[in-house]
Amino acid sequence: MNAGTKFAIGAGLIVASVGYLMASGVKETGQYFLTPTELTQKVALDPSFYNVGMRVGAHVVRGTVSKDVATQTLRFEVSDGSARYPVVFHGLPPDTFTDSVEVVVEGRLQKDGVIHATNVLAKCGSRYESVPKA
Amino acid sequence: MTVLGTIGLWLAFLLGVWGALAGIVGGLAERPDLARSARHAVFAMCGALLIAVFSLEWALFHHDFNVEYVAAYTSRNLPIFYTWSALYAGQKGSLLFWATVLSVFGSLALALTPRHNRALLPYVAGVVSAVAAFFISVMLFGHASPFERLAYTPLDGNGLNPQLQNPGMVFHPPMLYLGYISITIPYAFAMAALLSKKLDVDWLVAIRKWTLLSWLFLSIGICLGMWWAYVELGWGGYWAWDPVENASLLPWLTMTAFLHSVMIQEKRGMLKKWNLALIIGSWLLSIFGTFITRSGVISSVHSFTQSNVGYFFLGFLIVAGIVSFALYANRLPLLEAEARLESMISREASFLFNNLLLIGIAFSVLWGTLFPILSELVQGTKITVGPPFFNEVNIPLGLALLALTGIGPLIAWRRASVPNLKRQFAVPLTVGGFATLIVLVAGMRDFYALVAIALGAFVLGTVVQEFARGARARHRQYGESYVLSLGRLLARNRRRYGGYIVHTGIVILFVAFAGMAFKTETEATLRPGESVSLRSPYGYTYTFTSLGLSQYDALNRQVTAAAVEVRRDGKTIGLLNPEKRQHVDGLGRPTFQPSTEPSIMSLLREDLYVVLGGVVNGTEQAVFRFTINPLVWWVWYGGLIVALGGLIVMWPGGGSLAVKRAQAGYAVRLVGEK
Repeated sequence: MNAGTKFAIGAGLIVASVGYLMASGVKETGQYFLTPTELTQKVALDPSFYNVGMRVGAHVVRGTVSKDVATQTLRFEVSDGSARYPVVFHGLPPDTFTDSVEVVVEGRLQKDGVIHATNVLAKCGSRYESVPKA
Repeated sequence: MTVLGTIGLWLAFLLGVWGALAGIVGGLAERPDLARSARHAVFAMCGALLIAVFSLEWALFHHDFNVEYVAAYTSRNLPIFYTWSALYAGQKGSLLFWATVLSVFGSLALALTPRHNRALLPYVAGVVSAVAAFFISVMLFGHASPFERLAYTPLDGNGLNPQLQNPGMVFHPPMLYLGYISITIPYAFAMAALLSKKLDVDWLVAIRKWTLLSWLFLSIGICLGMWWAYVELGWGGYWAWDPVENASLLPWLTMTAFLHSVMIQEKRGMLKKWNLALIIGSWLLSIFGTFITRSGVISSVHSFTQSNVGYFFLGFLIVAGIVSFALYANRLPLLEAEARLESMISREASFLFNNLLLIGIAFSVLWGTLFPILSELVQGTKITVGPPFFNEVNIPLGLALLALTGIGPLIAWRRASVPNLKRQFAVPLTVGGFATLIVLVAGMRDFYALVAIALGAFVLGTVVQEFARGARARHRQYGESYVLSLGRLLARNRRRYGGYIVHTGIVILFVAFAGMAFKTETEATLRPGESVSLRSPYGYTYTFTSLGLSQYDALNRQVTAAAVEVRRDGKTIGLLNPEKRQHVDGLGRPTFQPSTEPSIMSLLREDLYVVLGGVVNGTEQAVFRFTINPLVWWVWYGGLIVALGGLIVMWPGGGSLAVKRAQAGYAVRLVGEK
């Protein structure tokens, strides 16, 4: 076997492992990114679509934010104009979180109809323009 | 003054268009008059853009709030330091910054390139002018001129986003931009070589220096960005695999690949096609990064607000990609390799695998970043992948790369013999084995962290062995003292030993990253006098006691600060003061959201990181998050060592005789074969 063939085998192994890692990575860690409307449709189509990890992108409904500092509980509602979901989150929300921002909520929809968030990311409002970070 | 700025922009745009035409036509038609004109156009464009920058800074310093950009990003009470950096705080200003820096780099490249490369220069001038003209056209035709005026004059400006009011933020964006922008120079040289069909060793030397420079800026920019995220954003980490972060990592990876594979081309005349593709790819990725941060196509916490500017970049990216690769495909026959791979156990093969891994990592990062878009196109539903995906894929690939970092320098070029391998690997492998034993005995059980430390020790073993052998050889040959011979070794062969210093920095970074596997944190609501304990991975018990809150006014903000006493195993080691800040304008009205200022105690082995989450209204009861981040200190110093190594490699003059001889030999070989 000449060096070229051996190298091709080695290269093939690397490409295959990169491919495998990527495929399994997507399969194991990929999450649906849904709008509230899409989430409603998903639940209507598949009644078992509860307790599935996902991300929901929507805007916070003005006036629905309630914060209990002592227990670090944050409750608010998100909407995309048509569908609306309540969210509960335990922890410290990011600085940019207010009742007028777009958020990405990471978490699971439970049978009680509430999204139990494990993470809340706030996108910047219109006046907020940031320099790209690294 | 804004009139002057606008005139500057238009002038620069016209000069750019002329420079592009004159440069490329001048080169193809071999007309020295046009070539000279293109060169002067770049210098003049640089001057016109500097005038535009000057007039924007003038408006910023004179608080001319009638200018929309000034009103949007500064205020009367903004510290002067940040007023200056507001030049690149927003979309419009950063476009101006981009174009200006590019024209400065372009002028330097034209002025500094030695005479024997003159044939390439008209094309270089042409490509630089074309790219700069594109950036200026975005400002002029994409409603993104920083000189636009408002219909009225506000009394005060909006002020700068508090998160950007951090020293790291003053230096991080320009460094990153310098990295992004300077890739255009090697790209311009690559295009020049393809256009002129002068694909010999000269252009390669010109390209390598400039790629090293961009690589260095990008490395520093990425590290400063991590530092800024860590000390300012308050989530307790430095890297989140955000699309914008990924965008800066992509060209860094492909340039790292190039800096290795270019050695194979220099020494063996192989991989010409691959190297050119890497340069073109790196540049396209830098434009892609600019597109991602400015278009809002991929949701990122850091991106600029959505605007039509994104379409300009997408269009430019597509056109530039097609033109570059069409030219590349057309010139492929001129890029045949002069040698073949002789053995799998050779430096060439290990570099090839290193390249494949780097590209594999880059591809997976690109894939993960674009996955929401791709999955929506294919399946109709958006699926996102987050940090778990990137970690799952990149930790094993990164560790394989770390292994090659050690293996590569130990294997001879062309073909390594078995005795040679034994001689080379004995010490480093022993060092790696011992390090593994030590951490195993110390009780570490995390698999990836163990592998990272074993491989890190192995690589350090190779670096020390290389330095020791080189120094010993000099000591024997010239009778120099060991210290002197070590210094001379580095000075005479900067590229090789500077490279090893970069490797040392990379090892430190990897080990420091592995430390994050042992991050521990807790959240607690504390009244003054109450405390919470956290056990560090080293077995210490840290006790954090809230001493109470204080409130005071600073220059442009109202501060709520907590005092937290820290004890390690019962002994007081210091005080931490996390803050909540409410920024205010000149009239005391709140601007922006309250921002969090973490307080960090950076120790050699671990960082104590405290965030003040909030205060229960009307009481002194406050919510804290306490995090213990192992080895973070080492991330910053690892980055510093990488930068230092890069500087040594780049430092002009000197140069090793061996390298020069190798290049000369290669050039001779080229002539001989033709």
